[in-house]
Amino acid sequence: MATSEVKTNDPGIDPSTGEFRVIGPGQTFRSVTEKISALVLTPHTPMGWFAIFSVAGAGASMLMVAVTWLFLKGVGIWGVTQPVAWGFAIINFVWWIGIGHAGTLISAILLLFKQGWRNSISRFAEAMTIFAVVCAGMFPVLHLGRPWLGYWLFPYPSTMTVWPQFRSPLMWDVFAVSTYATISVVFWYIGMVPDLGTMRDRAQSKFAQYFYGLLSVGWRGSVRHWMRYETASLLLAGLATPLVLSVHTVISFDFAVAVLPGWHTTIFPPYFVAGAIYSGFAMVLTLAIPLRKFYHLEALVTERHIDNMGKVMLATGFIVAYGYGMEIFMAWYSASHWEAFMMWNRMFGPMGWSYWVLVTCNLAIPLTTLWVRKLRTSIAYMFFLSIVVNTGMWFERFVIVVTSLYRDFLPSAWGTYRATKWDYMTFVGTLGLFTFLFVLFVRFLPMIPMNEIRMLLPAAKIKAKATAKAGD
Amino acid sequence: MPPREGTYGLLAEFDTPGDLIRAARQARQDGWRRLDCYTPYPVEEAAEAIGFHRNKVPLITLIGGLMGGAAMFGLEVWISVLAYPLNIGGRPTYSWPAFIVPAYEWTILFAGLSAAFGMLALNGLPAPYHPLFNAPNFRDGATTDKFFLCLEALDPKFDLAEAKKYLESFQPVSVVEVQY
Repeated sequence: MATSEVKTNDPGIDPSTGEFRVIGPGQTFRSVTEKISALVLTPHTPMGWFAIFSVAGAGASMLMVAVTWLFLKGVGIWGVTQPVAWGFAIINFVWWIGIGHAGTLISAILLLFKQGWRNSISRFAEAMTIFAVVCAGMFPVLHLGRPWLGYWLFPYPSTMTVWPQFRSPLMWDVFAVSTYATISVVFWYIGMVPDLGTMRDRAQSKFAQYFYGLLSVGWRGSVRHWMRYETASLLLAGLATPLVLSVHTVISFDFAVAVLPGWHTTIFPPYFVAGAIYSGFAMVLTLAIPLRKFYHLEALVTERHIDNMGKVMLATGFIVAYGYGMEIFMAWYSASHWEAFMMWNRMFGPMGWSYWVLVTCNLAIPLTTLWVRKLRTSIAYMFFLSIVVNTGMWFERFVIVVTSLYRDFLPSAWGTYRATKWDYMTFVGTLGLFTFLFVLFVRFLPMIPMNEIRMLLPAAKIKAKATAKAGD
Repeated sequence: MPPREGTYGLLAEFDTPGDLIRAARQARQDGWRRLDCYTPYPVEEAAEAIGFHRNKVPLITLIGGLMGGAAMFGLEVWISVLAYPLNIGGRPTYSWPAFIVPAYEWTILFAGLSAAFGMLALNGLPAPYHPLFNAPNFRDGATTDKFFLCLEALDPKFDLAEAKKYLESFQPVSVVEVQY
């Protein structure tokens, strides 16, 4: 085990408890509270923030332009056609939802596994989830053709006396994604309530006091409240865990239930979930690395966090690699002519380049280098790698959607896919919207959960232990 | 209804969770029942010290989840079998395996909402005003780094002078009287 190898004077070990230190040394309850709340309560907004805000805002505006034009002209402005009727919209939908999954994994699953290190990154990972789901949820609706009739998806008593078809995976999607969005927002908000109380108590301006006071619902830290709060948090984590696994499973059903070579496989649910977590952790790194640098949070988001996220990516990356391997194996083992042709065409057909981009970005680069501790703790390398994996995971969805569709069963029905400028504008626009929402979040809400960080400090541990012994 | 004027209680401030737990445990042993602790992060031992062991959040969550799942499954069956049956190649209308996914999602949705809102309701939140916010040292400490024990005036044992002396015996940082 790693614990027996470390020397006693290892700076990563807390001398008073002998446990791994996840927070930098010398922090107190007050110092972490002041550090985190000051980022929000300071009246001085850094110029860099305005720069990112403007660029992201421009991106979000571009999305509005693209969507407005789409509403006026219809989906014909996109590259979707027969046989590739699912283009960028579905690729981006799956990619964004996948990114969100790491946030829930960090906040829920790692909470249940008592991984204390998650506390530093859980809040902004959850925010990332919500904003990613906002971006994702837009695409299926925009793809509807007549998006203003999107509410037909919901079961409601209409004058047409028509009801939805509940046997369709597309219908399951509606409930999976809407539940996921709702529970993510509730979990995020409930997790923030005690911190909003702190913000209310530390705010200087009248407006901020009212703003955080309203949001904090009058939290005052009674231990009776805390106990119910802890129970509710654990229950929400326990509920979010099967939820997050079900969401990407249901999304993979959109593909797997269709009788199409390249989609019709049973490996899809686990392989989609692992891929989602893989890309999500990459996105957490993409956000965490600049954030800790920009706001000087190196004592709270330590190298150990980067290292641990690298390990999770290594593990999920191998599950994804297994998925790719199994697809190739089944193409041969199924003895289906169509499956074999699809796989051959996916690798060496006219769009074969996209498959090799995916293999390079998702397997070749990360799965060879993430073994090396030196690289896992290298901030610059991990940032580079997070971009590589995000690109690779986008191409994974591109490969699944496009290369399964563009060679239909009959050669007369073959086609190709070419995204238009509106496709690119919509995609880049959601990147802008995501960043726009995220910079607003880091400016106005505490991005690191203060109450959870306090629990990690040695002052919280030793004293409580000592009295428990003295009392018994 | 509790009285809306006069003294709400006496608030003792401690620097460490250990001191708070010791004081709370002693106060509970000495027969105090209307008392509460306020901490900047969850301190389980303090809740146990004042005799708070169980809560009803899990039960509410269970009921919410069961109701959500049953409601969606019922809706699906009603729509697919009674309200709008579709005959697709003679396949059965009551195709329950296909109904599981939305029912499962709604189980989680309503369980999660019940857990969150049930917790807030049991805690009596939102409560934008509370007499404790009147205490001069409460707002700087309770949500940052201080640990408080409050003996409430509604306790039959409560007598302002005696309770103050009693709290001071625990050597807190300060003892203040909280007004409504």
